[in-house]
Amino acid sequence: MSSPQNFDPKAYWSATLKLLITTLAVWFLVSFGAGILFRDALDNIHLGGYPLGFWFAQQGSIFVFVGLIFWYAGRMDKIDREHDVHED
Amino acid sequence: MDLKTLTFIVVGLSFALYIGIAIWARAGTTKEFYVAGGGVHPIVNGMATGADWMSAASFISMAGLIAFLGYGGSVYLMGWTGGYVLLAVLLAPYLRKFGKFTVPQFIGDRYYSQTARIVAVVCLIFISFTYVAGQMRGVGIVFSRFLEVDITTGLIIGMGLVFFYAVLGGMKGITYTQVAQYIVLIFAYTIPAVFISLQIAGNPLPQLGLGGHTGDMYFLEKLNKTVTDLGFAAYTSGNKSMIDVFCITLALMAGTAGLPHVIVRFFTVPKVHDARLSAGWALVFIAILYTAAPAVGAMARYNLHATVNSAVATGGDVFAPEASIQGETRPEWMKRWEKTGLIKWEDKNGDGRIQYYNEKSKDEAFLAKAAAAGWKGNELGSDKKGKFDGTVDRDIMVLANPEIAGLPNWVIALIAAGGIAAALSTAAGLLLVISSSISHDLLKGVFAKNISEKGELLAGRIAAAVAVGIAGYLGYNPPGFVAQVVAFAFGLACASLFPTIVLGIFSKKMNRGGAIAGMLTGLTFTMAYIVYFKRDVLLGMDKVPDSQWLFGISPEGIGVIGMLLNFAISFIVMKMTTPCPDHIQHLVEGIRYPRGAGTAQSH
Repeated sequence: MSSPQNFDPKAYWSATLKLLITTLAVWFLVSFGAGILFRDALDNIHLGGYPLGFWFAQQGSIFVFVGLIFWYAGRMDKIDREHDVHED
Repeated sequence: MDLKTLTFIVVGLSFALYIGIAIWARAGTTKEFYVAGGGVHPIVNGMATGADWMSAASFISMAGLIAFLGYGGSVYLMGWTGGYVLLAVLLAPYLRKFGKFTVPQFIGDRYYSQTARIVAVVCLIFISFTYVAGQMRGVGIVFSRFLEVDITTGLIIGMGLVFFYAVLGGMKGITYTQVAQYIVLIFAYTIPAVFISLQIAGNPLPQLGLGGHTGDMYFLEKLNKTVTDLGFAAYTSGNKSMIDVFCITLALMAGTAGLPHVIVRFFTVPKVHDARLSAGWALVFIAILYTAAPAVGAMARYNLHATVNSAVATGGDVFAPEASIQGETRPEWMKRWEKTGLIKWEDKNGDGRIQYYNEKSKDEAFLAKAAAAGWKGNELGSDKKGKFDGTVDRDIMVLANPEIAGLPNWVIALIAAGGIAAALSTAAGLLLVISSSISHDLLKGVFAKNISEKGELLAGRIAAAVAVGIAGYLGYNPPGFVAQVVAFAFGLACASLFPTIVLGIFSKKMNRGGAIAGMLTGLTFTMAYIVYFKRDVLLGMDKVPDSQWLFGISPEGIGVIGMLLNFAISFIVMKMTTPCPDHIQHLVEGIRYPRGAGTAQSH
């Protein structure tokens, strides 16, 4: 596999890792954070009939996961293009 | 038209559809057999992945588990969806760029070692067979309960069908059949969910209905009051320790991302970009079921209590003698399902009425009130080998849900077709990774390198046929611990394959010795821990008390510790052994950016 021209693998990889860390931070916060670790505190707040911590654990985290993957895919496309390693 | 005829028609139509698709999508090459030719659109692949992922357990058992665990059931909801985020950012795009057919092939090439490849095949076969046995059992159960044929006939029909399209069509046949199966199963799941949410909360969206009103109270408050009035733990509070909830959730997430039959789906899309998007689409299709499941569970639990005790709905005194339903006038669905043993009534105090409550409550005041009302123990449970068992079988929450809610017969027929679709689609995906790891990794990769394309395709088909046979046998004659060993599959994937693949992508320096030592450590530690604490069910020995759990982590969550050990041992051994060769480090650099990803290659 030969590298594309003018491609700086280090810069590309560090941009990728930065996005990866942001993505996993959100992933962790909505599930392990809001749904488990801080659930008791959040349960004092209500979202309609849902205690908020319970909502994150059974609904909210899943919605965020879905949005998060599409957001990540979009940002990765941008990084790929900026570093000229996108497909086609 | 009676229920049985209707069910035969609906299930029969769905089978005709799957067979038609299988004939249309036959595989002619190994590439079509292993990765569906590599040209599957990301949305189509996402839908197929959704069906592949959602098994008989997701469809039949999960809502029931949540119904009885309440907040504790969240581990399955978060655990079985959050893994897709890990797949999208850590694994799928890079494995797609690497562009080979199987997971052991990646491990073998990346760690320049046949040993590593064989260890990966062993992990894969163990994980996949554990899983597939449960699916075949699910097929048999649905057949026997809804169609009243015996379990063996049901199994043979199911095996024949999977045999037909997995062996004939390979990944290509499986992918397109799974799309059809997804559509069947999602309708079967959401239609009753919409009805039940309308009945209870007046909202057609179950996701909103669960947070909505019933009468003048929020539904969840009403449910909390109902279950605590009857001595159970409040629905929205947990009954597991925080560290255990944390570890089980993480083990299920990392386990999901390390399951070979899920990973291999991302080899079928044309581009790296599509692999990322496909993970998102898969989760969209999964989330439709997974966000409805908590509502189905909670509302079915409420309906069950309200059926048995009329004071639940009116808000009156649950201890009043006339509040408990009379055994004679119990609803038809209860009588029907008593035949299956999933539910059973035993009149302990001889008053002719059914008292359903938590006789093991720790609340003394509650128990005193129950005793004062003349209650002599919980009277609603299930049949375990002819004896009364004080827990209602959780599967009834989905299977009998439409009947409990009084929904029309065609909805019940749809549930049967949906349960079979969920089980068959997962079984087919698992059988394919088993057969490809044998024909491609063991035969072509290690033992018969000169095998021709035609020979390999034939070997793949024979391996798939043998695997169907073994799966059917395991389904017919399940080792008593099928349900228990599901913890194995996730724990092992989490502790063995997941860390090794992640390190193979994110650490250029990780070498052969580190990877093999890490995989074996994760595998043996996790396996030993589960066997030790489940030895009562696995080996028939005395149970080890739960108080001895390491850091209070149950066997379901121990894969997390196995994963940490895998990482630690990998790095320690890497420091002590010969460094990773340069050409492998270049290879790793090459899989980190998308350009130049051709479709998947066999070698």
